[in-house]
Amino acid sequence: MLSVQNISKSFTIHHLKQTRTAIGGVSLHVDKGGFLGIVGKSGSGKSTILKSIYGTYKPDAGAIMYDSQEHGTVNILDISDYDLIRLRRTEIGYVSQFLKVMPRTTSLELVTQSLLEMGEPQEIALDKAKDALRHYDIPESLWNNYPNTFSGGEKLRLNIARATVKAPRLLLLDEPTASLDYDSKLKVREAISKLKANGTTLIGIFHDLDFMEGLCDHVYDMNEKAQQVI
Amino acid sequence: MSTHDNIALSVRGAGKFYGDRCNYCRNENNPLNNNICPYCRTVFAVDDVSFDLYKGEILGIVGESGSGKSTLMKMLYFDQERSAGEYYITGYAEGVPNVFTLSSQHRREIQNEILGMVYQNPVYGLKMDFSSMSNIAEKLIAAGSRNVGEMTAAGDHFLDKVNIPLDRKFEPPENFSGGMQQRVQIAKALSNYPPILLLDEVTTGLDVSVQADVLELIKEIQRELGISMIVVSHDLAIIRMLCDRTMVMLNGSVAEAGITDQILEDPKHHYTQQLVYSIL
Ligand SMILES: Nc1ncnc2c1ncn2[C@@H]1O[C@H](COP(=O)(O)OP(=O)(O)OP(=O)(O)O)[C@@H](O)[C@H]1O
Ligand SMILES: Nc1ncnc2c1ncn2[C@@H]1O[C@H](COP(=O)(O)OP(=O)(O)O)[C@@H](O)[C@H]1O
Ligand SMILES: [Mg+2]
Ligand SMILES: [Mg+2]
Ligand SMILES: [Zn+2]
Repeated sequence: MLSVQNISKSFTIHHLKQTRTAIGGVSLHVDKGGFLGIVGKSGSGKSTILKSIYGTYKPDAGAIMYDSQEHGTVNILDISDYDLIRLRRTEIGYVSQFLKVMPRTTSLELVTQSLLEMGEPQEIALDKAKDALRHYDIPESLWNNYPNTFSGGEKLRLNIARATVKAPRLLLLDEPTASLDYDSKLKVREAISKLKANGTTLIGIFHDLDFMEGLCDHVYDMNEKAQQVI
Repeated sequence: MSTHDNIALSVRGAGKFYGDRCNYCRNENNPLNNNICPYCRTVFAVDDVSFDLYKGEILGIVGESGSGKSTLMKMLYFDQERSAGEYYITGYAEGVPNVFTLSSQHRREIQNEILGMVYQNPVYGLKMDFSSMSNIAEKLIAAGSRNVGEMTAAGDHFLDKVNIPLDRKFEPPENFSGGMQQRVQIAKALSNYPPILLLDEVTTGLDVSVQADVLELIKEIQRELGISMIVVSHDLAIIRMLCDRTMVMLNGSVAEAGITDQILEDPKHHYTQQLVYSIL
């Protein structure tokens, strides 16, 4: 499904006359329906890998081959902006470490929009969005409120709801459970388990990968630069 | 795949020069003093700009003051003659002719039927002493409408859409606040359902809550009407919120372009980094 081949990424900060290497020579792969965890210490380049797969960062070298439903096998580093935007709308989801909310967009609108973007009809999108908000215990009283007034945990759960509701083919998770309480974490685990059962391929960064035991089938260790079955 | 089918307009090598250019600055390899020729003082307000606008997308343009953003927008709306380059609009004559070179009559046709423009200063987009309704009617008449009932209905529809109380529709915009004037301008620009809308710094100078209203309106229009838009702003927060892709201009040229999160999270050009890291 996804094969990351020997990617490297460095950042040049002009005003500091500085070049930082974030990752060098990373290779990993995930089969369709698989779940790969990435572990490594802070600053080791985990998020850089996910952002490269999502197309936010452009690696300096290597290739990222993705088996797209719509386009066949493509190198994410080579496709046009247009195709990448489409892939993100319909096939590849991303949950970031931080929630980016739209001002003046209610939580219900936010989740509904992500479904409309992929072409779901209005009514179905609305129903699915409500189900997702219910699943993540976002109380109905908050559905018509703006998320910038939400607590950290509510924001994060909303973020996850927005990405998982689309049941993307490939879902990238950057520490989605980091600041959640135990019950919320369980909800995330349950949602991931459901997605996995429905065939979604997952790559995730988790501080406590143990929590994904039984779901996660491979792990990539930044330190060893190697992938193992677990 | 990106093909003709999903492109609303294409610009290739667009240039706007103020001055006669000399032998030195005709050679594009010779460096300029920012955007000015050190010998003949020709200003290269827009210099070799190329890009595509996809159907239904919002394309952002950012850049410091004087980088050529407004000049480019005015060229696209035919407010200003171009000095160089090509411009194709898919919705006009199958996208075949370079519309920069059309007669003024054909350009007016495009202005009336395909493009909408919202200026930074409402004075350019509105007749301040005509009623809001008449402003909209004027645009519709230019677009060929003759039926008063239809025009009134369209006026009501769009003024309501931009939240102008309908009991004030016969008041002239000069009686309105800046945010209301901007919303009337947007209603006017939308009234003939143009497939392409150009917006130049439309929220600059408005207070924050009014700004949010206008931005919300823009997003809603894009979602509901599927209009392709170019949004010029110097505010990266606005670009982040609205735009699928972003083009960064510097001294009349494109410094960098890409999907918005690529530009904001991994800026490569020196200038974009200054902008994003706010060290200007
Ligand atoms: N956009 C960027 N610009 C400059 N340097 C960056 C950028 N993104 C990452 N880096 C650098 O690349 C390295 C890897 O960062 P990355 O965010 O991938 O680490 P991480 O493993 O996710 O860390 P954490 O666990 O703290 O989130 C760091 O040195 C970081 O400073
Ligand atoms: N009518 C003009 N005559 C001469 N120079 C002009 C004229 N209009 C714009 N310029 C110059 O062109 C450059 C770009 O201006 P403009 O497009 O207004 O910038 P922005 O909108 O990005 O602030 C500036 O150097 C400006 O001084
Ligand atoms: Mg990280
Ligand atoms: Mg300007
Ligand atoms: Zn010269």
